[in-house]
Amino acid sequence: MQTNKEIISPLIEIQELSFSYEKDSVLEAVNLEVFDKDFLVLIGPNGGGKSTLMKLMLGMLTANEGSLKILGKAPAKSLTTIGYVPQNTNVNINFPIEAIEVVMMGHSSHKPALFGYKKEEIAHAMFTLRQVGMEEFAHSKIGSLSGGQRQRVMIARALCSNPKILFLDEPTSNIDAEGQKSIYELLKELNKKVTIVVISHDLSMILNYATKVAHINKKLSFHDLNSLQKEFTTNNNHICEVELLQMLGKRQ
Amino acid sequence: MIEALSYEFMQNALIAGIIVSFISGIIGSLIVVNRMVFLAGGIAHAAYGGIGIALFSGIPIFLGTSIFAVIAALFMAFVTIKQRENIDTFIGLIWAVGMAIGIILVDLTPGYNVDLMSYLFGSILAVNSEDLYFMSVLFVVILFVIIFWYRDILAVSYDSEYAALRGTNVKFFYTLILVLSALTVVIAIKVVGLILVIALLTIPIYIAQNISSTLYKMMFLSGIIAAVFTLVGLWLSYTFNLTSGASIILVAAVSLLLFMAVIKLK
Repeated sequence: MQTNKEIISPLIEIQELSFSYEKDSVLEAVNLEVFDKDFLVLIGPNGGGKSTLMKLMLGMLTANEGSLKILGKAPAKSLTTIGYVPQNTNVNINFPIEAIEVVMMGHSSHKPALFGYKKEEIAHAMFTLRQVGMEEFAHSKIGSLSGGQRQRVMIARALCSNPKILFLDEPTSNIDAEGQKSIYELLKELNKKVTIVVISHDLSMILNYATKVAHINKKLSFHDLNSLQKEFTTNNNHICEVELLQMLGKRQ
Repeated sequence: MIEALSYEFMQNALIAGIIVSFISGIIGSLIVVNRMVFLAGGIAHAAYGGIGIALFSGIPIFLGTSIFAVIAALFMAFVTIKQRENIDTFIGLIWAVGMAIGIILVDLTPGYNVDLMSYLFGSILAVNSEDLYFMSVLFVVILFVIIFWYRDILAVSYDSEYAALRGTNVKFFYTLILVLSALTVVIAIKVVGLILVIALLTIPIYIAQNISSTLYKMMFLSGIIAAVFTLVGLWLSYTFNLTSGASIILVAAVSLLLFMAVIKLK
């Protein structure tokens, strides 16, 4: 009974959500449903409200109106079921900390050891580092890693709490092209097990990896890419990036 | 130097120097990685207000200064948690107001005979056993706090946004770090004085940061480096009859220059 219900109901359910900073309205009447194993990309202009929407889903901000539920609960109560990879991973580069210590911050702090780390916590952190291909760098200082490697460590940290949903805010913005591709491949692999919600400007991510796209500019317009791609291939043989972005920006 | 060790004041100075060095290593590391150096500087100068209050009302100096510095730290935590962009203004405020309160109260204290310079530049040779007791207690408290809450303190220091997301009480640990900094500043005043406190809380830490891969290693190394500076500075000050606090800081500064030169040449 319970499991049946879970499969049908969306993991994320947003209804008529509005948010404003002081008097500036950022999001208006947003509706969104994200289902198990979706790969949702949030796109839109800067200041359009993508990051705000993600912060609302993470429970870092609270909506003024409307409802937002993660696995049927308020975001603040679903901390252990979500993982988050923040946008800027180049902060605090000089901080004396090893990659594995960063990863272990991902463990939820409900039942920690009296001091230090439990054996199973270390083992699990190593496991997530292996998942992202960073096992050999476990004891490297975080500042000595490249941007792409650091991004992988942050993904491992997010995976540490065994999340059902993984949120990423522009995971490829500070990485070279080679590194970007390997991050996409990693996300594709992870998507077999977890639902992914990612903010990105990157069209190759949208075209090759995403299953759903939401364009956010105060309001949200939603696209299921399976139906969209058919439309494109029948109309035109090659895909013009500008046309595609314009089209995604239109309200359905 | 050896015959100097037979004097009680010299033994006290050495013990105090070593305890304060290790405390400075631990708390200085937290101050540096949390980018609170000037915040700690503001609290150090504000602490002079506490010295004034203690002299004026006749309560023990350590006690009065500690209470005042902790209040200053709580005030700074309160005003900066919400608006970090105004932090410079408030640092300037407590810095100047604290000192002004101290100076006026010392003026008003009848029969004033306390050496102001000893608070500005330290008086490690005047450490008594009561001071040593206070320092040891603080050292034990700091060790306990760091060992017990190491993960939370590490998480808040490295990435406070993520720590908050994972359910760590960021405000509590931010305030705790500031309060421990305030108490550290109070005892470091005895060794190097309130003007030079910031050097003791940053120079050894800067060197340790470059050669440590984890926070606890950085804390421990900073403590050892600070202890070496303190002992060498004390020896110079005894041998050449110089002000101890300033000698310690100049030993640290020269060592830092040498360290940076070695790093450059590598």
